Amino acid sequence: MNFDKEFDASGMSCPLPVVKTKKALADMESGQVLKMISTDCGSVKDIQAFADQTGHTLLASTEEGGKYVFYIKKK
Amino acid sequence: MTTKRMAIIATKGTLDMAYPPFILASTAAALGYEVQIFFTFYGLQLLRKDLSDVKISPLANPAMPMPVPMPVMVQMLPGMESMATMMMKQKLKKHGVAPLEELRDLCLEADVKFIACQMTVDLFEFDKSEFIDNVEYGGASMFFGFAGETDICLFV
Repeated sequence: MNFDKEFDASGMSCPLPVVKTKKALADMESGQVLKMISTDCGSVKDIQAFADQTGHTLLASTEEGGKYVFYIKKK
Repeated sequence: MTTKRMAIIATKGTLDMAYPPFILASTAAALGYEVQIFFTFYGLQLLRKDLSDVKISPLANPAMPMPVPMPVMVQMLPGMESMATMMMKQKLKKHGVAPLEELRDLCLEADVKFIACQMTVDLFEFDKSEFIDNVEYGGASMFFGFAGETDICLFV
């Protein structure tokens, strides 16, 4: 999937993946896509909840070799 | 969509109990909440510029998981508090949990408002110069001015 920016949160625990994803999205344009990588399994539910509550769109959420990869489209 | 609001009362100054207010506040701010934390009693310790004195004690803390069972008579020995604190900090670091200072900075960056209880600042004779700059001082009425209009209000 195409993306405009990547943020790697590998090794970080709650709440950093969500808090820093929000920061990573801050300087992006509406409609742009952020690829976020996390090793925290809690991120799967947390990033979905983050998207639901902030209005950003979670385009895809996958697991690749122990890493969780999210594509988030900025609202 | 109206902005949601959350208020937290932080009353504890130990390492374990310092985390919940900052974790919840930084997360809520990331979700778009307007957040205030009211620091009172021992919670005021979390406003110090230097957080290195924030510790955890194994004493009277039976729920704290220990690598080996430790009798209370051992837990009370000098240096045990520092050792428990060091071990907890190592554990936090190993698991990628942010240091308190970083979480506090993330809260401030996200415009979480910190209120220090003026009465307990006076009671414990805290020196305001030891606190970080981004603190407002007020009392219970000031807190209710915000807390009365919140969606979530927590006491930690």
